[in-house]
Amino acid sequence: MTPLESEEQREDWGKGTELSWAKRFLRELSAIIAKSYTMAEMEVRKLRHDPTELMTRAVQPILWLAIFGQAMSRVRAIPTGGFTYLQFMTPGILAQSVVFIAIFYGLSIIWERDMGVLQKFLATPTPREALVLGKMISAGIRGISQAIIVLVVAAVLRVRLRVTVPGVLGVLVVIMLGAGFFAGLSMIIASIVKTRERFMGIGQVITMPLFFASNALYPITIMPAWLRVVSVANPLSYIVDALRSFLVTGDLARVPLDLGVLVLAGLVVTFVSAFMYPRVVA
Amino acid sequence: MRKMIEVFDLVRSFGPHKAVDGITFDVDPGEVFGLVGPNGAGKTTTIRMLTTLLRPTQGRGVIGGYDIVRQAREVRRLIGYVPQMLSVDGSLTGYENLLFFARLYDVPSGECHERIRHMLALLDLDHAADSLVRTYSGGMIRRLEIGQAMLHRPRVLFLDEPTVGLDPMARRSVWDHIKNLRTTYNTTILVTTHYMDEVESVCDRLAIMHLGKISAVGTPEELKRQVGRDNATLEDAFAYFTGSTMETGGTLRDTLRVRRTARRLG
Repeated sequence: MTPLESEEQREDWGKGTELSWAKRFLRELSAIIAKSYTMAEMEVRKLRHDPTELMTRAVQPILWLAIFGQAMSRVRAIPTGGFTYLQFMTPGILAQSVVFIAIFYGLSIIWERDMGVLQKFLATPTPREALVLGKMISAGIRGISQAIIVLVVAAVLRVRLRVTVPGVLGVLVVIMLGAGFFAGLSMIIASIVKTRERFMGIGQVITMPLFFASNALYPITIMPAWLRVVSVANPLSYIVDALRSFLVTGDLARVPLDLGVLVLAGLVVTFVSAFMYPRVVA
Repeated sequence: MRKMIEVFDLVRSFGPHKAVDGITFDVDPGEVFGLVGPNGAGKTTTIRMLTTLLRPTQGRGVIGGYDIVRQAREVRRLIGYVPQMLSVDGSLTGYENLLFFARLYDVPSGECHERIRHMLALLDLDHAADSLVRTYSGGMIRRLEIGQAMLHRPRVLFLDEPTVGLDPMARRSVWDHIKNLRTTYNTTILVTTHYMDEVESVCDRLAIMHLGKISAVGTPEELKRQVGRDNATLEDAFAYFTGSTMETGGTLRDTLRVRRTARRLG
C-alpha cells in the first residue's frame, strides 16, 4: 500500500471547506445554538415521559420550608430586614434546590460515558460547546420546574412573595444562569474525577458547605469575617441575592452585579468544560 | 481506486502499554471490512481512533480523504458509529432517539420526519416507534442504534461488536438489516466481531488483530488458503496467524464489559 501519499486526492475531496473566518464563526454559532436547543428539547421530552423524578426532587425543599423554616420563624434572632424569616429564606431554599440539582448534573456525563451515548454523541459533527450548553440549559429547565414547586409550597405556607411580571421573568433568568453555571462546573468536576463513585463523594462534600457559606439561610452581615470572604466568592450568594431582590425586597440595586457575576462565571465554565469533558471518554 | 479508509502505522499507547501497535490497512468504498481478534487485541481502540474519539499517539488515519486528527469535524460528518455499549436513551421513544441524531447530524429539517419513518420501516421498528426504548428487546435496541448512525447516510459505518450478547435469531435479524441498509446506501462498513461465522458470511475482507498488531489481512478465502491445510476454517486461520484461539486475551475489565453488554441486551 502507498503510505497515504495522496495529498492531491485529499484536496479535491476537501474542496469547499475553506470559508471566510466570519462566515465560519456565524455558522459555528448557529450550529451551537441549534444543537443546544435540540439537547434541551430532548431533556424536556424525557421529563414529560417520566415526571416522577420532579416529584421526588420536591421533597427536600418542602422539608426545609415546612419544618426548618417554620421552626426558625419563632426564633427571630436573624436580622431579615423587616421581613418574616420564611420570606427571607424562601429565595434561599429555591436557589439551594436549583443548585443541588445542577451540581449533580455532571454525573449524567459519566453515566452517558458508561452507557456509550457520549461516545456516539462525540462522533457526530456537533460542536463541543453545544453539549455543554445543552446540558446547562437542561439543568435550567429542571431548575425552573423545581422553582414552580417551591413557589407553590411557599404559597401553601402563606409566605408573602412579590409576584410581578418583570419579577417572575427575572427569577427565570437567574435560575437559568445559576443552574447553568453549577451544571457547567459539575461537568468540569466530572471530567476530572471520571468515575461515578468519586463524583458522588465530591458532590456530597461540596454541597453543604456551599449552602451554609452563602446568604441562603442568614444574611452575610452576621457571618464571621472569614466566612464573609467565602460567601462573597460563592456564586450561590449571587443567585440568592438576585432571587431575594425579585421575590421579597423589590430592591433591584444589586441585581446588575448579581447577573453580571453569573453571566461571566457561566461563560467561563462553558468554555472550560467544553474543552475538558471529551476527556471523560479517553 | 480511491480508498475510503486508509490507516498507516497507527499507534495508541496507554502509559507503557501499546493498545494499538503500528497497524496499517485500507478499505475500499462499499467494502465490508472486519477487524477480528480476542478481547484486548486493540479493535475497539482502533475504532475509537478512526471515529475521532481518541487521538492516535502516532501514525495517520484518513477517512474519505480527511485526516482523523486535523479534519476531525469533516470526518465526523462522513461517518456513523455504533459503539459496543448501549447508545440509545431508554427514557425517550424510538422515534425521538432517531430525531435527536437526525438533528445532531444536520439532516435537513424538512426531510427529518420522512427519513425517520423510512428508517423505522427499514429496521422493522415502525410498530414500536412511539414506545419508550426501555421497553425494547436487545435486538430492537441494536437495530435502533444502527438506525441512529445511518440517518445521515454516512459514507462509512463503524460497528463495534454489533451482535455481542444477542441471541442467534436477533443476530441474524441485525445482520439482515445491516446488509439491507448497505445495499440501499452503498455504505462502507468497518465491523469488529468475535463471531467467525459472521465474518465468513458478511465480510469482504478482514484483518486479524492480536496484541495490538495486525497479523494478517485478506479475504476469508485467502486467509484460509494460507493455513496450508485442506478444509481449513476461519478459526484455523485465526489460530494460525495469532498462535492462539479466540479464548485468550482480555482483561477482567473487558470481560466485565462484555458480560454487562450481554446482560443488558439479552
